[in-house]
Amino acid sequence: MLPFILRRLVSAIPTLFLIVTIAFFLIRVAPGGPFDLEQPLEAKVMENLRRIYQLDRSLPEQYLLYVGALLRGDFGPSFYFRDFTIAELFASGLPVSMTLGGLALLVAVLIGGTLGTVAAFRQNSAVDYAVVGLGTFGLTIPNFVVAPVLQIVFGLMLAWLPVGGWNGGAVRSLVLPVIVLALPQIAVVARMIRASMIEALRSNHIRTLRSLGLPTHVVVRHALRGAVLPVVSYLGPAAAALLTGSVVVESIFGLPGVGRYFVEGALNRDYTLVMGTVVLVAVFVLVFNLLVDVLYAVIDPRVRYE
Amino acid sequence: MTDAAALPVTAPVVGRSLWADARTRLLRNRAAVVSMVVLGLIALACLVGPALTGHAYDRVYPDYVRAPASLTAYPFPEQVIPAAERIAARARAKAEGATVANGAVRLALVAARPIDERLLAYFDRSDLFGPAKVLERQEEGRRLVVEAPIEYRTFLFGTDSNGRDLLTRTLIAGRVSLAIGLLATVVAILIGVVYGAVSGYAGGRVDLLMMRFVDILYALPFIFFVIMLVVFFGRNFVLMFIAVGAVEWLDMARIVRGQTLSIKRQEYVQAAQALGATPSGILRRHVIPNTLGPVIVYMTLLVPKVILLESFLSFLGLGVQEPLTSWGVLIAEGAKNIQGAAYMLVFPSLFLIATLFALNFIGDGLRDALDPKDR
Amino acid sequence: MTPVLSIRGLQVRFRTGDGILHAVRGVDIDVAKGETVAVVGESGSGKSQTMMAAMGLLAANGTVEGSVRYRGEELIGLQPRALNRYRGSKLTMIFQEPMTSLDPLYRIGDQLSLPLVAHGGLSKRQALARAVELLELVRVPDPARRVNAYPHELSGGQRQRVMIAMALANDPDVLIADEPTTALDVTVQARILDLLRDLQGRLGMSIVFITHDLGVVRRFADRTYVMRHGEVVEQGATAALFAAPAHPYTRMLIDAEPRGRKAPVAPSAPVVLDARDVRVTFHTGSGLFGRTRHEIRAVDGVDLRVRAGETVGVVGESGSGKSTLGRAVLRLQEASGLVRFEDRNLMPLERGELRPLRRRMQMVFQDPFGSLSPRMTAGEIVTEGLLVHEPALSRRERDRRAAQAFEEVRLDPSGRNRYPHEFSGGQRQRIAIARAMILAPKLVVLDEPTSALDRSVQKEIVELLRDLQTRHGLAYVFISHDLAVVRALADEIVVMKSGRVVERGDVERIFEAPREAYTRELIAAAFLAAPVET
Repeated sequence: MLPFILRRLVSAIPTLFLIVTIAFFLIRVAPGGPFDLEQPLEAKVMENLRRIYQLDRSLPEQYLLYVGALLRGDFGPSFYFRDFTIAELFASGLPVSMTLGGLALLVAVLIGGTLGTVAAFRQNSAVDYAVVGLGTFGLTIPNFVVAPVLQIVFGLMLAWLPVGGWNGGAVRSLVLPVIVLALPQIAVVARMIRASMIEALRSNHIRTLRSLGLPTHVVVRHALRGAVLPVVSYLGPAAAALLTGSVVVESIFGLPGVGRYFVEGALNRDYTLVMGTVVLVAVFVLVFNLLVDVLYAVIDPRVRYE
Repeated sequence: MTDAAALPVTAPVVGRSLWADARTRLLRNRAAVVSMVVLGLIALACLVGPALTGHAYDRVYPDYVRAPASLTAYPFPEQVIPAAERIAARARAKAEGATVANGAVRLALVAARPIDERLLAYFDRSDLFGPAKVLERQEEGRRLVVEAPIEYRTFLFGTDSNGRDLLTRTLIAGRVSLAIGLLATVVAILIGVVYGAVSGYAGGRVDLLMMRFVDILYALPFIFFVIMLVVFFGRNFVLMFIAVGAVEWLDMARIVRGQTLSIKRQEYVQAAQALGATPSGILRRHVIPNTLGPVIVYMTLLVPKVILLESFLSFLGLGVQEPLTSWGVLIAEGAKNIQGAAYMLVFPSLFLIATLFALNFIGDGLRDALDPKDR
Repeated sequence: MTPVLSIRGLQVRFRTGDGILHAVRGVDIDVAKGETVAVVGESGSGKSQTMMAAMGLLAANGTVEGSVRYRGEELIGLQPRALNRYRGSKLTMIFQEPMTSLDPLYRIGDQLSLPLVAHGGLSKRQALARAVELLELVRVPDPARRVNAYPHELSGGQRQRVMIAMALANDPDVLIADEPTTALDVTVQARILDLLRDLQGRLGMSIVFITHDLGVVRRFADRTYVMRHGEVVEQGATAALFAAPAHPYTRMLIDAEPRGRKAPVAPSAPVVLDARDVRVTFHTGSGLFGRTRHEIRAVDGVDLRVRAGETVGVVGESGSGKSTLGRAVLRLQEASGLVRFEDRNLMPLERGELRPLRRRMQMVFQDPFGSLSPRMTAGEIVTEGLLVHEPALSRRERDRRAAQAFEEVRLDPSGRNRYPHEFSGGQRQRIAIARAMILAPKLVVLDEPTSALDRSVQKEIVELLRDLQTRHGLAYVFISHDLAVVRALADEIVVMKSGRVVERGDVERIFEAPREAYTRELIAAAFLAAPVET
């Protein structure tokens, strides 16, 4: 197992390198630059800024400089948030996004898993239809509709929870954003678990367990272990996306996460910020894909990586 | 076998193809049938509706900004007289004894100096009244008895914050959203099917490299891609959604590749090889017809995904441009006005959600119909 | 004596997309203590569903009526919890599919201890110790190590042994065995059957044997029920039933064994296929970073020679390389060696050069479901070869040829616009044969063409193949594990094991005087279980 993990980590390096390269040149060919403000800067100031941020060098040179810095773990300074380095922005934003995303993931797995299992056991019953309907609902209602509705209902009308803000991660502030983040994931997990549980319950080895007169909880345990496999492979990329923040949720609830940096960085041509977010997401995706493979091997003994 | 040439050739019985079977099963699925009807109605409404509402989608009614949805026509009786009085004030006159009768308002304008009758054009310029007629001139033109017909307008869904009819805008937005969904999906399917089929059928090192490329694209943050596309293509929505389709093909390519790999191992493909069939003949006769099922299912599920994506972009302010609109743009506006003008969120959301629901149910129905597990 | 298990008026219905399927129509079956009862029938006779219903294992869309009593206790209508007092302890069942009937994610020992903990009240530790004993009982080698193995690490026969061990864990009164050996190789089949009989002698349970194989019935069962279309058509003591079958269906079943011998070929007949030293090697564990490459020699230096009008039977168990050999001689599989077809060496030919030759060498596959493209009509499937080899033919002409080909394989030509799923298994295999025959080939490689079919259908296909051969002077390479069919069709037999030829010779000589132990074992396994020919 360990050699497998190491080998995968090593093979992730060229992937990461390619992603960095593609992203670097894509954003550089895009029209506009970081200092194209509404009121053009004085030529002298502009020149100064370009020199400070090394934009006066040739593109390949800048690329090499950037990759070199990246290898040392240096994401560089932000162009837009002038007084911060990218690392500082991430250090303050990432914990927020990861807390929200992690909680949402947990909620999604617990609630979605339970709903899906119950629905599979009572296939074609009212409960089942309710879960399927709820699943479709969760998938189809955009989060930027859910979020303001929840704000109005729970924040203003009932006044149970704060409408927004981080408040140092107070539990009351987390509830609404986590619900909004988790809702579509609950839907997906419930639907996937339901489908694969139905399939598992029809499988020959579950028939064997039933023929042996084993109690329901044993049958469920066996069916569930097989049924989580497709969910695990879905949850890898989903977790990576959740943990790296959501633009919508963070902007609606006014949360200081990293999700908004994608949009802000790209719109303001904050080259280092965009590159930083690209690297961040790519690392998360690669790591979680590896985690999925490892989990797969733990759950399914037929999968063995030498 | 030539000795059998004299055999009478009997007329063949028509067979029931798998497609026909699937259609029967699909039509038996109530949720899917209802969804198809709903989707058809929405599409029809979006196509012909804007011509029937009596409002142009970009017509601004400054007097009806954020008018709530209502079945009865505007203006409401209690709005008429205050509105007429406001117009009188603009004409620097005082309104006296305003009454409403026979779809017209009648009032006397009183001023210290003679009233310039050209100012009566204010009535026509307002959204509530037609051209005003002077019935009587009294006190040397310092008192005018005026009648102006009331123009009744219906805003079933109310108006937006610029005073445009929300029903018309919702239907126009539907055109845009549905067109975007279809366009991007077709692009994604075309790229995905060709890429996946080639990768799966070629196999070996080619397959490995092609799928490696897909993996790399998967690890690139999607929003980054989309924003880059917006930056490149400006906000031309056709070009942009061809581009979105060009990003969304990854899943399709994986699905088709998997299908192709498994079909390649089927005995009927081996049988065709044993007959000496060419690779292109095998792809055409055996591989592609048998991958179509999952492709169709994926397509019905991709359309809602793209519509949702478009509304997400619109929410970020990167979607289609005014005065054109999409459901996402309307919903984003609605979300901003949720307090006080909740209908602005409700109606576009209802349309969007009904469409997405219908597409999802049709997709599920198609999947069950094309791949029946309990037969 | 009151029966242990008594089934009365059992009805099973399934709600399907095409309406109600009445699978079992009023079946009565009794099982006495310690006796072996066989329920025989062909596929779709309802024999399995009868027992599934008795065990409460019907699929979700199935409903059951009637009565199933275990020692007088009614089982139908019991809540699962109440039913679980009997299932797995008093009544147990083993299934046809040993490869999939064990949970792939759990160790053998864990699965074996489940019924012991649930019914026997053992602790987990005690159960695991008992699991080792059970594995020993069913003669799984090295049981102490095997309890820690996962199912995929065991062979099919070993997995079926584990299933038997699980079923016997709580010393049941009735063991229902649903085609327990059908999916296994013949030699393994024989051993599993021996084991069951031995265990019955020691433990004294009743066995209900669900099977399509009359050989098994004759060898094992005290009493036999014959089922057809959901009803019991005949029942009685096995010996009496076989001696004097009353119902025509029973007679047909007993008579369904392929019979007859093939007339020998004149020694002057031209050699159609001459393959020398054919070798096929598979590599596994490749990939970008895979360093460990394993070589599997699927075919390891085999010679094969077939004359016009001759049939060479290639027999062997799964994994013997017989199918790979069949594909290799047609150049459908990369191989080394020398293959001459009608005096042309096939090995150096490119795909395009092979194409014109392909119409004279054809192949028929085992799986009549998998070998027909599901979205093409039977007529299109049959004439696909004409598209390749006679592209100038008009659509009308092709349709006429399809009708002819249908006649040739004795199918109603009016069905040529139907789709494969609208035909039965036997009809589908006829379509597959028609597809090969329409090109008027000289050589046909038949890869287990009868293995997926019911015995009575097998017999018809064998007769069809024999008839086509005599009419057109075809050369057959007949690949099969079924020695009864091979005996009825072949001139010469090649016995393969692990990619090599173990023994070859004339049919008569191989069956009368097999030289190798492996051949003897194959024959013994196949014919001990088969009815003795009268």
